Amino acid sequence: MAACIVCEGNIDIPEDTEEGEIIECPECGIELEVVSIDPIELAPAPKEEEDWGE
Amino acid sequence: MKICALCSIIRKEEKLLFAELKKRGIDYEKVDVREIILDYDNKMEHYDAVLERCINHSRALYTLKLMNDWGIKTINSYEVANTCGNKLLTTAALSKHNVPIPKTKIAYTPESALKAIEEFGYPVVLKPAVGSWGRLLGKINDRDAAETVLEHKTTLGSYHHSVFYIQEYIPKNGRDIRSFVVGDKTIAAIYRSSPHWITNTARGGITSNCPITDELNDISIRGAKAVGGGVVALDIFETPDGYLVNEVNYTMEFRNSIKVTGVDIPAKIIDYVIEVAEGKFEK
Repeated sequence: MAACIVCEGNIDIPEDTEEGEIIECPECGIELEVVSIDPIELAPAPKEEEDWGE
Repeated sequence: MKICALCSIIRKEEKLLFAELKKRGIDYEKVDVREIILDYDNKMEHYDAVLERCINHSRALYTLKLMNDWGIKTINSYEVANTCGNKLLTTAALSKHNVPIPKTKIAYTPESALKAIEEFGYPVVLKPAVGSWGRLLGKINDRDAAETVLEHKTTLGSYHHSVFYIQEYIPKNGRDIRSFVVGDKTIAAIYRSSPHWITNTARGGITSNCPITDELNDISIRGAKAVGGGVVALDIFETPDGYLVNEVNYTMEFRNSIKVTGVDIPAKIIDYVIEVAEGKFEK
């Protein structure tokens, strides 16, 4: 469990979460990037850029 | 065997690929392009193969270039990334290899672009050279809109946006096809259905299985070969005169395509990565 960096709501961090993964705060809906797993560290998710894609 | 997974933010696809590597006990290292510094004087450490999974085209492109120059095998190669990452180059490669494509023109000024647009007639489609997920696509329905969009692209965008990629509008009847090619096999295909003229799943397109007919297989393999092959996903239009290849993607997304096709796409990709790492395709 981690605290949302915006609304401090509780965010469940599944066991298989990877560094770099994007998660959404269930309470305020903000997208966050898991920048570290041990310890859990969250940061605002990067915004979509012009050359993002597949 | 040592595999590098070149990535940045982790999507479902990357998680599925990592799970497959773990399942097979393959040693892999996640390298985040946001953290690497490429030094022309110092080759990167050796990997048996690099699986490129970056969400940024530019970062993938230049990293693959140096890696390939350093003799590191990558999936996909710099050439494939360079060709597929730019629609002008993709269409050029497909055209050069006689793979059917939508009628497409390039122009460099609003005046010449408007002329090209009017030669097609309306509606017509404008696309940025570099872009994905249906971003910045424009369906231009009349001259007023054409003049406006051309002005906006010229004024607001970087010089890239003054290279006008103009394509005939193809009525899709609510769907197009995405086919997945790994090596020399079309491993799966889906329909992407949407009431909107842009059918990308990133824009809400719904996936369903698409049978791989001989014709679809043939154009998929030819299209993949035309851009250099590897692990690619082709976006294909169905028309009364047959299939047209619209574009080719080199960091394919497939999260919505596994269930509907019943094909373990990440497993197929990792099979291919192992073959590359073992030097199977070396000349």
